[in-house]
This record gives sequence, structure tokens and C-alpha cells, in this order.
Amino acid sequence: MNKSFFIDTTICIGCRGCQIACKQWHELPGEKTINRGTHENPPDLSFDTYKLVRMREQVVSDKLKWLFFPEQCRHCIDAPCLETAGYPSAIYRDDATGAIVFTEETKNLDADEIIESCPYNIPRKGPDGSLAKCDMCIDRIKNNMLPACVQTCPTGAMNFGNRDQMRELGNKRLNIVRQTCPEATLIDAENVSVIYLTAYSPALYHENALAWKSNGVGITRYAALRQMMRPLSAIFPRRM
Amino acid sequence: MTNHWIDIKNSDCILIMGSNPAENHPISFKYVLEAKQNGAKVVNVDPRFTRTSSQSDIYARLRSGTDIAFLGGMIKYILDHHLYNAEYVANYTNAPFLVSDSFDFENGLFSGFDPSSEKYDKSAWSFVMDKNGVPAMDPSLKHKRSVFQLLKNHYQRYDINRVSEITGATPAELLEVYTTFAATGARGKAGTVMYAMGWTQHTVGVQNIRSMSIIQLLLGNMGMAGGGINALRGEANVQGSTDQGLLFHILPGYLKTPRSSNDSLEAYHQKWTPTSADPLSGNWWQNYPKYSVSLLKSLFGDHASKNNDFGYHWLPKVDDGENYSWFDIFDDMYKGNMSGFFAWGQNPACSGANAGKVRQALEKLDWMVNVNLFDNETGSFWKGPGKDPSKIKTEVFMLPAAVSIEKEGSVTNSGRWMQWRYQGPKPMGNSRPDGDIIMELGEKIKRLYKKEGGALPEPILNLKWDYMTHGEYDPRKAAREINGYFTKDVTIKGNTLKKGTLVPSFASLQSDGSTSSGNWLYCASYTEKGNMSMRRGGEDAPNGIGLYPDFAWCWPVNRRILYNRASVDFAGQPWDEKDWVIRFSGDVEKGKYVSKKWLGDVPDGGWFPIENPDGSKRTDSKSPFIMTRHGYGQIFGPGLVDGPFPEHYEPLESPLAKNPMGPVRMNPVAPVYTSDADPYAINNPKFPFVGTTYRVSEHWQTGLMTRPQPWLMELEPEVFVEMSEELGRLQGIESGQRVMVSSVRGAIECVAIVTKRFKPFSITGKTVHQVGLPWHFGWRWPEGGKEASANLLTPPAGDANTRIPETKAFMVNVTKI
Repeated sequence: MNKSFFIDTTICIGCRGCQIACKQWHELPGEKTINRGTHENPPDLSFDTYKLVRMREQVVSDKLKWLFFPEQCRHCIDAPCLETAGYPSAIYRDDATGAIVFTEETKNLDADEIIESCPYNIPRKGPDGSLAKCDMCIDRIKNNMLPACVQTCPTGAMNFGNRDQMRELGNKRLNIVRQTCPEATLIDAENVSVIYLTAYSPALYHENALAWKSNGVGITRYAALRQMMRPLSAIFPRRM
Repeated sequence: MTNHWIDIKNSDCILIMGSNPAENHPISFKYVLEAKQNGAKVVNVDPRFTRTSSQSDIYARLRSGTDIAFLGGMIKYILDHHLYNAEYVANYTNAPFLVSDSFDFENGLFSGFDPSSEKYDKSAWSFVMDKNGVPAMDPSLKHKRSVFQLLKNHYQRYDINRVSEITGATPAELLEVYTTFAATGARGKAGTVMYAMGWTQHTVGVQNIRSMSIIQLLLGNMGMAGGGINALRGEANVQGSTDQGLLFHILPGYLKTPRSSNDSLEAYHQKWTPTSADPLSGNWWQNYPKYSVSLLKSLFGDHASKNNDFGYHWLPKVDDGENYSWFDIFDDMYKGNMSGFFAWGQNPACSGANAGKVRQALEKLDWMVNVNLFDNETGSFWKGPGKDPSKIKTEVFMLPAAVSIEKEGSVTNSGRWMQWRYQGPKPMGNSRPDGDIIMELGEKIKRLYKKEGGALPEPILNLKWDYMTHGEYDPRKAAREINGYFTKDVTIKGNTLKKGTLVPSFASLQSDGSTSSGNWLYCASYTEKGNMSMRRGGEDAPNGIGLYPDFAWCWPVNRRILYNRASVDFAGQPWDEKDWVIRFSGDVEKGKYVSKKWLGDVPDGGWFPIENPDGSKRTDSKSPFIMTRHGYGQIFGPGLVDGPFPEHYEPLESPLAKNPMGPVRMNPVAPVYTSDADPYAINNPKFPFVGTTYRVSEHWQTGLMTRPQPWLMELEPEVFVEMSEELGRLQGIESGQRVMVSSVRGAIECVAIVTKRFKPFSITGKTVHQVGLPWHFGWRWPEGGKEASANLLTPPAGDANTRIPETKAFMVNVTKI
């Protein structure tokens, strides 16, 4: 049974514990930042930042909201990055968990193309051209531990487990939240392993909360085309 | 806290005011969320929309420093609409007490004010005593001199419109908060409050909390599950520190520091031991001498005996009327009256209000010992911005300290739960635990006194102070000492307990020298059964309200909810069946209780209930508020220096020239420091905006432990000032720009965060803007020294009772650079 995250943004307090836990576990360096006039930092995901809590002030029905969105790779069920790369030693899917994993062989790929293929704008390029993103803490979960961000989350916003359990939890919370917030939604739930619950329209939380260029299916046209071409790329390997 | 963290999940309505738990207690905030999932309403009142506000059902704003106006309005609302718990108020509080005619409130002042000394004579606020020496009462609450009627009178002026024009909260916001919280006065409902520095750090800090205490007594929320008054402590073990007498005015266990006029042990006991003529009053502090003598035995061991007042004369005394609080220390130091200073586990150059004066004061010292994890703005004050080391003679000794996880010992949390912790990693390099440093220092001082004599060697030479095992400081030994033991063989109820046996509870303590206890409140924490604070039992008590009686240990005697006798009716049965705290379950014969048995939490006094099931009164019972002299919840509070009822006064630095509530502008008995380093600005157009300070999740206190941490600095790299979009437009400031924030005391450069989360207030018809800064920054880290401490701006005034600085409300300007 594959794994999934259920991220309940309605009880996220934006503490950034998850963001730091990820850094700590992966031994990633802290970026040198400045205060750009917001608490959100660093400004974007990067080769050294796999998890980033987006913090947005929005007025909804005349009431101020401060919406938190702990952004990370969605570990898509049919990952366009994987399809675009067509290079299993660089980007592969761990069949036991559903984790989409990047290796250092991603330096052999066209990084911009991979980033361009991601509906959520997640992968980031490193100095040597390789790519990095959330790896579902695959080393932890293979050892029966929770992903670092899930372990750290104080409020239970971050949840992780078997996909059917996470989907059930998500639906349960959706029904409760919908009682006061009729626009609440589970984002792209069919297509991703990282399912976010938002109380309001996902666009209010972050530009890439919802799959971009989406035809509602959570996969870009570009990637859909790549998928169709997959048999061909097996015959004609991609350039090195 | 009167209650505890887990208990918050039992609440029906959580008022979060003067605190920001989502940001500053994120892990404990999960209990608020649990309450919410159980249907509770979360009401947040804050000048600024915070991460706590984002999780609240109701958010209302108020201008910093106007909490008493806000809460006074709620008191009036509760009284006007009869939302108070009448039975509880009439029987468990001092609402029926008659107040003597000498009490009055007129023209902004309570009676008893002496303008020459600027102090109140509290004896003007006394109760009428009946012929038995017990407070006279009118149970109908109608007598015009009853506390109840006087309360009504006092808050007549706190109507919604006046409160709105003082606080800046709209009448609609006020009404929504009032109706929602006041609904917890109904039987079966309980409301709680979570507060912190937003209430305490004001010249009216204690009265802020008193306002809420009055509300909680009116609504019958004290002693109830999901009720109470819950202070969120700001450091992991500040609760433990205050319990152990860290502050100048108390000894361990909240005993009083003796005054010089208490010139004998007897005089000391006479002064501080309350008496009550009411047989129904538990008046628990009547046991004071048992605790103080046991403390003296703990300090001086066999040197303390009846013949020498148990060493009472070796205790340091404070001069009558003098204060030795934080502010006073640095004021004295600034005046050149101090030659040496231990800055131990603190960073006053950044944490002290009016930090510029602190940094100047440090220059006057001959020496300083700085015990801390890392170098900091205090230890290195002499090379900070604006300092010329060649002109500063202070010699600084840095003693590196181990961090909490590198050593064993206990931490007492906000809920009074004492939890034992074990050593994780070993201390690095030369750093050592504080206990070891103190012991070695103390031993050396003792040896020097022995060798060289001195002005008064006895207090030092006679200290028992035997907390070493194999030449090392032993926290378990200290913990046993704190619990206490018998100093000789004693026989209790036919059992002989040998000398050295750990006392089972403070009920065993005596004033004859037969017991020793470092802190009576912590009796029962370490008994012959072991160190109770090491326990981690996971089973809840039968009432299932999250007491977890076998998890760690709390004071007093593991009672988790204080005043819980107020949670039951006269026959000892819970007011609220669903979330019952205690219940009496003794045998009944012919309508009368014939055996004693309480279930649930440790009852707040194990006496029989006030009445039998047949309604007959018992004489062997006590009123519920046993720590008060008379046994009743104090709606009228005669013991504070600034009045028995809270009154709205403006902060020292305020945007208003006058107090809209009355002719006296600020708290008339609050301390204001007046050296040449203590300027302040009232209604000064140069400093037109209200300033406040606060914290963020990502940093810790003055930032000494967090600023050297790259992951945390990545999140919050620079000191910032948050302001409304309207103020940004007014000053031509855009988010992300560097600006200067200044008060009459200092100026710091920071980054502007222009946000929707601040909005201008309308105060008495004029627009008042408020801004806020975190106080986590300072020049020492990161290297390069760009960031400055917000405390360079904060004011030289403190609370009237505690003298805690008014760092939550002062006046500033914000300008583009």
C-alpha cells in the first residue's frame, strides 16, 4: 500500500517546525536571507530548501485570514518530472511507498525542462546541475519512522500513513471544515500523494497550490504528451 | 496556572488575551485546537492579528495598555445582564462581604492615598467585621456596602461606548467577545483564559490579571475543569525559579523575604502569618511558621535551633519600603552603587527595559561574572556599539555554562508540573552545569570566610549546603532536600519515622525544628517512594479530564486543578457532571455523611463538604479558597498596592494627554525611574505611535540561543517593525524597506513589515497607530553586529506591585531611512 501525506492547513499555525525539521534531517544549510517585508523565508524553494511554509494575508468575506501552506513536493501518482526525464537512475518511483526520488544523476538531465514539467514548480537546480526536492524522507520511512516534518508538527496538521487512511482522514476533515467553510477543498487528491486541505480557494494560499496549466486533471499537457511518447524515448534515449 | 495545559482541552470558551500561544507555546497550542474540535470557541484579543488569531473563531483588537477598560466592560456586561453564577458568587466569593465606610473611589483615586509619599494606606479598604471577628456579610448581595454593589458601582463607567473609545475595539467586537465569554457563566459551561506578558508587562499589570480573576469568579469558572486563570510562563523553568524564590520579595515557597523591622523570628511570624476567627476558613497560611522554620533548618541544619531563632538572624533582610527588583538593580548600578555583578543565565543588555541605561550601568562596575552558554551583548557590553573599551574599567569573567539538556534536574512548567529530566549529551569543552559552578564558588567563598573572617561570616559558614556526592553537585540530593525530611525520630499516629526519613507531605512539617524542607510547596515531590517527578504514568484518572495523576508530579501535593472545592456544591457534588474534578463519595447514614472519601483530583483540602445530603450544615468543613485569609474568592482584593478594584489608567507613555476614564492619568503608585538616563514622553508629537514588543516562534528571548543558529536565522534574519498598511502609506514606507524606530530613549534600524494584521485605532475620536517589534535581536550575533535590541526603546516604568517593566506599551516614531 502506497503512502500519502494529508496536510490539514486549517490547523497549521505556521510555526515552521516542519521546515526546519526537514533541514535538520537532511543536513541542509540555512540560506542567507533578508527580511523582505514578510515572515515568509526563504523566498522560494531551492536546492537547499525542500519545505517552505507560505504565509499569506487574505481578506475573505470581510474577515482577515492568515493562511499557511507548508509547500513541498506532491509525489504525484503519475509524476510528470519522472515521465519527462525518462531516466530511472535519475528520477525513480519507489514502488513500495510511491515516493518520487531524485538522485545525483539528475545532473545528467535538462534541469530547466524537468522544472518546467512540474505542475507545482517544485524541483530546484543545484550548482552542479543536479536537482533536489523533498524525498518523502524515504530513509526514515523505510526504517518505520515518520517523515521529519510529520514527526515535528505540533498540531497534527502534518499526517502521514497508508494512502487509504490518509484519504479517509482527509475526507473526514473536509466534511467538518465544510460546515463553516463551504469552499474547503482537498487539492488534486486523485493525482498526488501529498493531499492538502484548504478552507478557502487554493489560489489564496500560493500560486502553485493547485497544479498550474491544469486542465483539472493535475497534469500538464506537456507532461501528458511526454507520457504518450514514453515508448519512443525507450528506443531513442535522451541526450546525455 | 490554576489549572494546567491539558485541561485547556476541556474548555468551552478560551479567551486568549495578553498572550500568543500559537507562536510562543506552539506545542501546547494543540490543546486549544483539541478544545476547538470539541466545539469550544476560541476568542483572541490582541492589538495585532497573530498566528494565534489565525486559529481563533473571534478576533478583536485593542490598543496596548487598555486591557482593564476592555475587561471592565465585560464585568459591567456580566452584571447588567445577570450572566454571573449567582449561587457561586454568593457563597464562594467575597461578594457578600461588607466593606467599611473608609473605602471610597473618587476622582480617579481610591481612598487612603497619601500624595506626599505617593502611596495608598491599604487599611482604608477593610471589611466590616462582625462581633465574632469574621467579615460581616449580606448573602442577598443587596446591601449598598456589599462588595457586589460596590463592584457594580465601580464599573458603571465602563459602558461599551466608553470602552470602545479607549480601547479602539468597535462596540460590535466588544459585544461579540462579551456575549461569547459570559455564556460560560451557565452551569455546565466553563471558560478559561490564557495570558502572558501582554497582561503582566504594564504599570497596571497585576490589575489586568485581577480584572480577569473577578470575571472568572463572577462566572463560577474557578476550580472548574476548562476554567481557571492560566498564565503561560515565558521560559521552560521560570515557574520552578519563582517557586524557589528567585525574586527579591520572596523566599522559597512564596514565603516573604523578611524586612529589617521583623527583628525576630516571632516578629516575622507575627507580621506574615494571617489569622482568621472564622472556623470555616481553612486559612492555610496559618501554617506559615512550620514552613519558614523548616526552610531555616534546611538552610542551616544543626546550626539552627530554638535557641538562636533557627538562624533567622542570618537571613538577609530587605529594608522596609525598599525595592530590589530588576529595575532597581540597574538603577543602583547606574548610580555607581554596585561594584560587582553576576549576570547569570541572562542577557540584561538586551532583555532589560531601557537597555541603553543598563549598558551604561554595566560600565560603572568593577567586575562582572557572566555565566552563559555563549558570549553575549552583556558580557561583551564594553565593546558594543557606541562603547570605547579604553574608557571602561569593568573586568568581565566569562564562565561557560552547560545547556539544560546537558545536565540532570527538574523543570516545572506553567501547569506547576515538575518533570525530571536526564542528562543527554555531556557538556562541551569547559562548560559546566550551573549547579556545579554554584557549588564550587560557594565552597570557595566559605573557605575564604573561614580563613579571613568578614563583616558577617555566620550566614555563610553556617550554611548546611551539602548537595555534593563524590565531590560533584548532585541534583537528586538537592531535590530530596527541597522535599524535606525529619531531623529527628518522630512518632505520628503510633508510627515511628526515623530521623532522615523524607516527609510525605507538608502536613508533616512543624515549627519546632523537627522537620527540614527547602520548599514546603514541593513536599511530596520526593518521598520514600522515590522521585515523583520522574514518573511517566500514562493512565488518566477515572474522571477522564486529562489529570494524568501518575505523570510527573505537581504542586501542591499533586493537586492538578487549584481551588477545586469550588467545583462542587455544598454537598460535595460536582456543578458539572460531564467534566467533574472532584466529588465526595463518603458513606451516608440518616442523611449525613459519616465517612470521608473524595474521588477525582486531590481535593483542595480533604475536609468534609459544607453540608450533608440532608442540607444540614457541618462544622468540620472549610470554604473553598483556603489560601485566602477568609476562605472566599476575592472579588474585592484589599492586598494590592494600587487598589482593591482594577481601574483603567493610561500607560506611562500614551498617545493621550488625559485618561478618558477619569482625572488621574496613570497608575498613581506605579514606579517611574527618573535618573538622567530615564527620559519618557507623554502625548509627544515626536513619538506619535504606540509601540509594543513581542516574540516569534523562531527565536528565543534575547536570541542568544537562536541567533547563532543558521536554520532559525534563515526564517527570521533581521529585527523588524510591523505596521499597518495605513501607517505605511502615511509615512511613505513600503514593506521590506529599512526604517528607523525611535523612542525618546533610543533608536534602532529595522526592516518594515507593512501588514494587514495591524490596523489603526480610533481612540477618543482620533486615529492612533500602533507598531510592534520582536525583542530577540542584538548586536553580538551574527558577527557583524547589525541588528539591535528593541529594548533600547522601552520605558522606565513598572507595575505597581511587581515592578515588571512596561515593555508592552510606549510611544515611538517610525521613519524611512
